[in-house]
Amino acid sequence: MIYLHLFLSFLQIGLFSFGGGYAAMPLIQDQVVTLNHWLSMKEFTDLVTISQMTPGPIAINSATFVGIKIAGIPGAVAATFGCILPSCIIVTIIARLYLKYRNMAALQSVLSTLRPAVVALIASAGISILISAFWPEGSIHFGSTNWILVVLFFFCFLLLQKWKANPILVMVLSGILYAGISLLIE
Amino acid sequence: MEKKHKILLKLFISTFYLSAFTFGGGYVIVTLMKKKFVDQYHWIEEEEMLDLVAIAQSAPGAIAVNGAIVVGYKLAGIAGTITAVIATILPPFLVISVISIFYEAFRDNRVVSLVLEGMQAGVAAVIASVVWEMAAGILLEKKWLSIFIMAGALIAASCLSINAVVIILVCIAVGLLKTFMPGRKGDPS
Repeated sequence: MIYLHLFLSFLQIGLFSFGGGYAAMPLIQDQVVTLNHWLSMKEFTDLVTISQMTPGPIAINSATFVGIKIAGIPGAVAATFGCILPSCIIVTIIARLYLKYRNMAALQSVLSTLRPAVVALIASAGISILISAFWPEGSIHFGSTNWILVVLFFFCFLLLQKWKANPILVMVLSGILYAGISLLIE
Repeated sequence: MEKKHKILLKLFISTFYLSAFTFGGGYVIVTLMKKKFVDQYHWIEEEEMLDLVAIAQSAPGAIAVNGAIVVGYKLAGIAGTITAVIATILPPFLVISVISIFYEAFRDNRVVSLVLEGMQAGVAAVIASVVWEMAAGILLEKKWLSIFIMAGALIAASCLSINAVVIILVCIAVGLLKTFMPGRKGDPS
């Protein structure tokens, strides 16, 4: 039965993708292209591109996209449900243990060493986004810098820090400003 | 604390809204959640939020979904988890369903790709602003181990491309070592 098949395939993707985002990509490719032939490699590349252009994690986007293509909306629901079920169970159990035992000395000590690392991980994700925005061609050269985006970045940062602007408004504003400026320059 | 169904409704609306505008990786939505639930609603404390992010990061699955699960569970138990997860997956589900019908036109549209390119600057600024505040908090505590871990983890993740799960596991090991080696000059708390 195709719904069960989709569910089980995406269950594995949900269960074995650690580290989020790009870490899940090879797993998705394995299940969707290599093992089950639900998508061609070309379609898979398109899917990755679309995922980067739309909201949501790539695993959820793939589940919806593949599910609809193979078995319509019910297929998409089955695949998406499979994809999130392992997280729902595992993360809820960890969260429960955390809330219950977080006052223990050992756990306190572990958490106090984890917090600075989490800040660093978030910073590192921000740095990758900055690099891909400022140097779209991949190599970091003074000449290939996208200066409009550099200026927009500092403008947005100022809006957020000084005027406590709504972050989502800032993101949308920077997208619209950039498209407007680029089209005007052409 | 507010009534439970009111919290659930607020949780649903804010998670849905955050998920709908989260382009790029899971850290973006986690950062937005921090702004919303810590800074705006004061439902969660800053340190607790970092612990929840660590849980979301180290468990399998997408960070955005895991983040919704931990925040939902912390605020309203299982009902909160279900509410937050549905609100998180609904926007991408709807968007991809529509796009899958005419995806070639969408993929090749010039204005769409320009707007998305420009949004990267805004996304990076949101992350920079949150990191700025949280890193300042850690630096001002002047605990050398914390500062060392922050710098080390940044180098490991950014320059050496070491997997986040590995970094988290190493930090857990350091934390355990610190507890079971009393008499060392660690942090007094």
